[in-house]
Amino acid sequence: MSISPFRPPITPLIVKENYLAMLGKGVRPDNRDLKTPRLIEIKTGVVEKAEGSALVKLGDTQVMAGVKIDVGAPFKDTPDQGVLMVHAEFVPLASPLFEPGPPDENAIELARIVDRSLREVNAVDLGSLVIRKGEKVWTLWVDIYVLDHNGNLYDASMLASMAALLDARLPDFEELETGEIVVKRGVRGEPLKITTKVVTVTIAKIGRYLIVDPNLEEESIADVKLVVAVDEKGRIVGMQKSGAGGLTHAEIEAALDLAREASTVYFKALEEAIAGRRG
Amino acid sequence: MVVKKPEGLVLITPEGLRHDGRRPDELRPIKMEVGIFKNADGSAMVEYGKTRVIAAVYGPREPIQKFPLLPDKATLRVRYHMAPFSTEERKNPAPSRREIELSKVIREALEPIVLTEEYPRTVIDIFLEVIQADGGTRTAAVTAASLALADAGVPMRALVGGVAVGKVDGVLVVDIDETEDMYGEADLPVAAAPDIGLVTLLQLNGVMTREEFSRALDMALTAISKIVEMEKRTLRSGYVEAGGSEL
Repeated sequence: MSISPFRPPITPLIVKENYLAMLGKGVRPDNRDLKTPRLIEIKTGVVEKAEGSALVKLGDTQVMAGVKIDVGAPFKDTPDQGVLMVHAEFVPLASPLFEPGPPDENAIELARIVDRSLREVNAVDLGSLVIRKGEKVWTLWVDIYVLDHNGNLYDASMLASMAALLDARLPDFEELETGEIVVKRGVRGEPLKITTKVVTVTIAKIGRYLIVDPNLEEESIADVKLVVAVDEKGRIVGMQKSGAGGLTHAEIEAALDLAREASTVYFKALEEAIAGRRG
Repeated sequence: MVVKKPEGLVLITPEGLRHDGRRPDELRPIKMEVGIFKNADGSAMVEYGKTRVIAAVYGPREPIQKFPLLPDKATLRVRYHMAPFSTEERKNPAPSRREIELSKVIREALEPIVLTEEYPRTVIDIFLEVIQADGGTRTAAVTAASLALADAGVPMRALVGGVAVGKVDGVLVVDIDETEDMYGEADLPVAAAPDIGLVTLLQLNGVMTREEFSRALDMALTAISKIVEMEKRTLRSGYVEAGGSEL
């Protein structure tokens, strides 16, 4: 059951009014214009025991993602494809608003947005993950770990997941005579076959203004958010309206233009992070 | 996601018709009914073809189990749930991750519509049960919720309705069914309140070009206007049947 948030962060009205005045002049209190994301820092290979990992800082927001790879059985309806699973944990150390417990609707929504954005374009070529058709395939677990929530967990999590997948290598394995597959952990094999990178760009609506990559304060006064997934060709590969508000048709169109423009900033950050890491 | 199409399944015929004979912009036969339950303060049933969703609204009321209420507005609680027998293979009745996400997305489609500020410190419960699933269940659920809220007399800014547009064999089609959803390239569920020009639910699963998206959203909004008109007719005739004077 989904319940209206009963402990929303309370932001004084004067802050919102200040924002509206500034946004009208095309600037934000943190000196950004309306269409520029915060500073991005991406570090890959941050967890040696994971097959792939990354730590992303998007402004003051920090998200880690780890990829673990196991041998498993394919789904019945896709015997010729590997398996991709995305989960997100809003770790209680990341925000005074997070509490221990199983993933809530926000964590589930986030993981499913990242999952769909990757899946719909076959970003990781699942067909390349078959060991024995119909029997043994690689299962990729992407686990998103939110470490410091300072707004826009979507884009930070998507960047972290993408960077971790780009960093990941299949483990070496041995096939026994019994047909059993023995995974040799620690021996890094081939990189994953990535067909395209995908990023999400989150646009928040405050009053009649649309802003890219909202920080926590901006999220707390935003009427609604639109998460737009974009691939390297600039195609829209997913979308989700999130938050208790609405958008007009014209606002949605304007948000898509902003998203496509900002996506190039995220792609550049990903490029730089993995330069030299993939052979 | 790439799911192989079964042999012989033609999604778009050479004449441009769909696998069930509809034109690309044609809705399935839609049925709506309000006041279907005695206990609920408001209730409704909505059918889009074989998709059937029922909705019940309780409230504004004091919650049975105490939990923190909002001092300035009513709390909305939404549960989207699929009956175990609603699908081809039995669906485990425990709430899935999909149902948890859709409950949130539907709640957020209704929050901007319901005048929650009229009823601080109360809860409005909206229970949605998918009785049969054949594509477009979340959007049919929004339509059912809109009707049930109106039937319960909950004040709203406008009525809201939903429909899913898909891309099937490269053709944009409105109100996709399960087959088109499964083997199509994209699915765009939309809910909107046409009378106030607000889109309140928007998801895209799949790939669309910028131009395709704009056309798909237009198609969805056109279809939603028809659906909301149907909602109004249903509510009016329900009112007349109950002994009210003709409007």
